[in-house]
Amino acid sequence: MAVVRLRAPLSELAGGKRELRLEGSTVRDVLRALEHEHPSIAGWILDERTTIRQHVNIFVNGERGREDTALAPDDRIHVLPSISGG
Amino acid sequence: MTELLVGTKKGLFALQGENGDGFEISARAFAGEPVEFAMRDSRSGRYFACVTSAFYGPKIFVTDDPSGEWEQAEGLTLPEGDDKALIRLWSVVPGEKDGLLYAGGDPGVLFESRDGGMTWELNKGFWEQPTRPEWGPGAGGMCLHSIATWPGDPSRLALAISAVGVWLSDDGGETWRHGNKGLVPRYIPEEAREDTFALCVHNLHRHPTRPERLFMQFHGGVYRSDDAGESWIDIGTNTGLPSDFGFPLVIDPDDPDSAYVIPLVADLDRVTPDGRVRVYETRDAGASWAERGDGLPAEDAYLTILRQAFGREGSGESMGLYFGATSGDVFGSGDAGATWFTAASKLPPVHSVRVA
Repeated sequence: MAVVRLRAPLSELAGGKRELRLEGSTVRDVLRALEHEHPSIAGWILDERTTIRQHVNIFVNGERGREDTALAPDDRIHVLPSISGG
Repeated sequence: MTELLVGTKKGLFALQGENGDGFEISARAFAGEPVEFAMRDSRSGRYFACVTSAFYGPKIFVTDDPSGEWEQAEGLTLPEGDDKALIRLWSVVPGEKDGLLYAGGDPGVLFESRDGGMTWELNKGFWEQPTRPEWGPGAGGMCLHSIATWPGDPSRLALAISAVGVWLSDDGGETWRHGNKGLVPRYIPEEAREDTFALCVHNLHRHPTRPERLFMQFHGGVYRSDDAGESWIDIGTNTGLPSDFGFPLVIDPDDPDSAYVIPLVADLDRVTPDGRVRVYETRDAGASWAERGDGLPAEDAYLTILRQAFGREGSGESMGLYFGATSGDVFGSGDAGATWFTAASKLPPVHSVRVA
């Protein structure tokens, strides 16, 4: 199981949990499992194309990850907003 | 007491005040997030806000109290597995049945709610238009910004999209057809205009007491339709406007010959002409326009007023008019535009203004 770490507002949509353990062999699988467990978060990280939103960053064990990044048990996934803005 | 809902680049502001005075901020929600549009459905009392997080995508939130908790509405999504994603939500409009509302968004999509706005469904008839692959966006995206219902008849709808023109339905949104005859897209070569549907409508309003009449602000052009949007008559050329470019438009529900626009210089210079902020009013269906600027900035004022940033309350001589600019100023009039006051200033850039 991968460990997914969230910050507000995503953690609030996950029932206040900042850390969750979820099944999946890729980042996309794990994020879909997150949506299944907490439907309120659907559409916030992945869009309708199951693509990670442009200004959301995913780090897997400290390195940038994408939807198809393969995961090993106990991998750590951080979901963070990018530093873009205006 | 008037309550204004002001959507800005940095959140929603609810303002309260009396006409003639400055308004006070009574609530702020979605701090830091772009709020494209906000309105209150007078039937239910519910407030709606279209919020486009730069990070987490477009949503509609709903509340009974803008200073309290907001709840995310469900179902505002495109079919999974397609190659498109919802980019922005531009408008929410009450329908002509209890609990019916419409929402318009980018990429040129229409949603419907039948439970007062808590759950929504994509209008499939419009989504599956065969020409959709050929549609193109305006500078603000492919935004479905105007949804004109027909009072008392839920079967008849008119939509406007930048830049895919006017669409009409006579069966409650099951099927759609163009309503573009007479529109002149000066930004397209003459020889390519006849069959194009790359028509950049900026705003469209139907008159409630004479519903076959609509007014339109176009991307260079102001138009009127007297046949429910089938065809359009130029009312922006040699009629007294300093420019026929602009975004917002308002009508007086008491007078089917009335419309208000806020001209900007041109598409390449989207500011108020001559450094003066002026609203223009017609009371003869566009045959002539009169300047309404008493109390508005008249010197060194180069403001931009966006398409949803002009709202109204009431009707007739005491009609309230309110508009906001990307400068963060909000102006109001309690006498149908005869005189104006500054309702608020130093807000973030204003995207939308509606009276609650």
